[in-house]
Amino acid sequence: MSDLKFGTEEPTAEEKTAIDELSSEIGPAEIKLDERFVVGGRTRVKDRRRLLLPALHELQNTAGWISPGGLNYACKVLGIPPAEAYGVATFYHLFSHEPPEVKDLIHVCDDVACRLVGAETLIKDLKDSGHKVKPSPCLGQCERAPSVLIQRTNKKNLTAVAESNNSLTAVNVEQVLTSETVTPQMTLPQKGSENLSLLSRVGVVNPESIEEYVKLNGYDALKKALTIGPDKVIEEVTASKLSGRGGAAFPTGVKWRAVADQVGRPRHLVCNADESEPGTFKDRTIMEGDPFAVIEAMTIAGFSIGAEQGWLYLRGEYPVAAERLENAIREARKNGFLGKNIAGSEFNFDIQLYKGAGAYICGEETALFNSIEGFRGEPRNKPPFPTTHGLFGEPTAINNVETLVNVLSILALGGDKYAMQGTGNSTGTRLFCLSGRVVNPGVYEHPFGVTLREVIEAAGGVTDSKKIKAILLGGAAGSFVTSDHLDLPMTLEDTREAGVSLGSGVVMVFDESDDLPDTVRRIAQFFRDESCGQCVPCRVGTVRQEEVLARFTRNASFDTDEELLEDLSTVMKDASICGLGHTASGAVLSAINLGLLERTL
Amino acid sequence: MNEIPVGAPRSQIEVQIDGKQVKAVEGATILDICQKEGIDTPTLCWAENLTPVNVCRVCVVEVEGSRTLVPSCSRPAEDGMVISTDSERVRKSRKLVYELLDSSVDMDRSTAEVKEWMEHYEVDSSRMGSKNEIATVAQPPKIQDSLYVRDYERCILCYKCVEACGEDAQYTFAIATAGRGFDAHISTEFDVSLPDSACVYCGNCIGVCPTGALVFKTEHDMREEGTWNEETQEVTTTVCSFCGVGCNLELHVQDEKIVKVTSPADHSVTSGHLCIKGRFGWQHVQS
Repeated sequence: MSDLKFGTEEPTAEEKTAIDELSSEIGPAEIKLDERFVVGGRTRVKDRRRLLLPALHELQNTAGWISPGGLNYACKVLGIPPAEAYGVATFYHLFSHEPPEVKDLIHVCDDVACRLVGAETLIKDLKDSGHKVKPSPCLGQCERAPSVLIQRTNKKNLTAVAESNNSLTAVNVEQVLTSETVTPQMTLPQKGSENLSLLSRVGVVNPESIEEYVKLNGYDALKKALTIGPDKVIEEVTASKLSGRGGAAFPTGVKWRAVADQVGRPRHLVCNADESEPGTFKDRTIMEGDPFAVIEAMTIAGFSIGAEQGWLYLRGEYPVAAERLENAIREARKNGFLGKNIAGSEFNFDIQLYKGAGAYICGEETALFNSIEGFRGEPRNKPPFPTTHGLFGEPTAINNVETLVNVLSILALGGDKYAMQGTGNSTGTRLFCLSGRVVNPGVYEHPFGVTLREVIEAAGGVTDSKKIKAILLGGAAGSFVTSDHLDLPMTLEDTREAGVSLGSGVVMVFDESDDLPDTVRRIAQFFRDESCGQCVPCRVGTVRQEEVLARFTRNASFDTDEELLEDLSTVMKDASICGLGHTASGAVLSAINLGLLERTL
Repeated sequence: MNEIPVGAPRSQIEVQIDGKQVKAVEGATILDICQKEGIDTPTLCWAENLTPVNVCRVCVVEVEGSRTLVPSCSRPAEDGMVISTDSERVRKSRKLVYELLDSSVDMDRSTAEVKEWMEHYEVDSSRMGSKNEIATVAQPPKIQDSLYVRDYERCILCYKCVEACGEDAQYTFAIATAGRGFDAHISTEFDVSLPDSACVYCGNCIGVCPTGALVFKTEHDMREEGTWNEETQEVTTTVCSFCGVGCNLELHVQDEKIVKVTSPADHSVTSGHLCIKGRFGWQHVQS
């Protein structure tokens, strides 16, 4: 046995079975006599350690919490020091560390969109009827706010959402619990419209049928890619000027080229599906409505960069997407679109689905790598960049779901033709997540260059024809704008010039009756709750920022605090390790600058 | 650890630092260059005997063309880099980082170096709010045995103890960071007491702690009694007699009693790290 020291607690029979099944392929940790276990650290344990996050999910699902006996057993099997495994387990919101009082834990989103439409009342009502309730950051169901995730023991998790605004009650949640029905079929406002490219199949195709997918041009792009070869695929993607849709807008072709040119092997393709930016639900819409498209696009990306392993890191709060993607991976394997010799070619590629467990920070690419590797989801310092030192320290291309799905239409149209949509360097179409006070909230696909006004009007305009007080653009990491910005074209260049960002495509509308100070404080709380805690500026800065805003909403003096807020913003932007700290003050400061914190109520 | 390991030949690069052109070996960090050029740079989470984790952010410097400041401890210098170590931006961020720490952590027992830097940057954390109204890490110390005290209200989460316990020295992995965000803290699994954990009492975590969060019980007790007086302590260097490895020990003696044992970080045998015998096996001297 290794020279690690384990505890004496024993797992229950169920916990033991769950871990044994998970590790059946690798067998129990066995240490050869001539090597001490710890030699080589991270690399030595790579194959085992990456099973830690799945193991924690198994334990949580089996027992309703991460018990000392269960964790101890997982550590023995995987050869992980218990203190480190405990550190990883306590990093995620979806893992409990106390024995559960009841079998179902109800996470109610009380984030910016949901709190506009009665999330707090719902929390109170559910608590009053004796449920165990945990307020949650954005659950990515903002078009049907308020929303709920029901985390269950030994059963699959469920989501409950409003069928129309304001309608989700404690009684509805209880009905979902007893009937165990999954989310009602999603409604896509633009469903079936001819102008759709990314969303063309959503709501049209049966998301569980590979036959239907193939009938609707599915896998045409992969076949084309296999014919033209990896270099030509990257050329087309470069010609298309496709840029990342996760928020940073990095040119995809450049990223792929950089990885394809690496000497090091193996290489990895990672799909970042940890969509957690408050107000964002576009990736979920694609994954639930057209899961095979995600799998096909990942396969093409893997082919072009020379990776044989793809990793799909899905946010833990998306049970429906998880089920559909798992099915899609299974079906693709069965039909020869994943595995050895894909579609009769020499190309081998497979995909592992990893589920996150409630951590916004794991959407940061290097934090995501650490999370898959079985470490705490703390971002790494850059450089080195993922293209050279990514997953397991190996060359990696990591792309957002929406970015990848664009590749299908790039190959169908050709890069040059694709680049003719949109404007200048903002090519193609873009998904917008409309929520808050609009008539028809949901995901909309528009070509780049559409104005903010057109985006809001396409969603039916403002509810009850009220006046717009503010619009949150780009999510909590974005910034507020007002009706003065309605004619701003939604392109990378125009938004940059206006000092705002499209971010993940969030357009959340607030009307004149909304309590903006409360919204801004909730955004500050979001960053306080989601900071990983690694670097000082973000760990303490986000707390101090939230405290200032809490003091303000209690109507205390704000005069001296405004300068403090600016200083906190400076240090978080300048000295934090990652984008979370860099953007944690953006929305708050923009709200102050626009005078949104002046109480009108 | 300034020796350059024998390996592939490394080329020389040239950077400009605070207006001065200097040469450096490829792979050197900005901090290496600062130290070579005599530019004093504050650090908290960096130590010469540990891998840089770049989490404290007090060593940040400004690099031309970089959107944000960069941590000098871990950022390799590149040919042609233009670096400022004392710009307005750098001073502001460093001061604020110390203020954020000081507002949440008890920094009173930090090393003299930490205190000097805090004075240098005129750290005043009072504007963050009064300590009874804002979040702090205040908590009672953990005293679970006769050797260690873990006083986590003094912990700035620099990760040094975790590194020393793990892959940088001891390979024991008894402690790790647990929790997240402001609740992140150093912990054993399920917060079991140290004697029940994997801890082997080498004391290397104490050896690297910059803020007095981890101390010898002797030191803690004397501080609580008000008898701890570093100025009257004498430090005697000797060689540990327990085995044949030859670790240098520094015996800190006050009133003719050993109160603490350390080892020099630049000692070729220990790199500053010891085992339980060298660190704590001196009671017989006084009995």
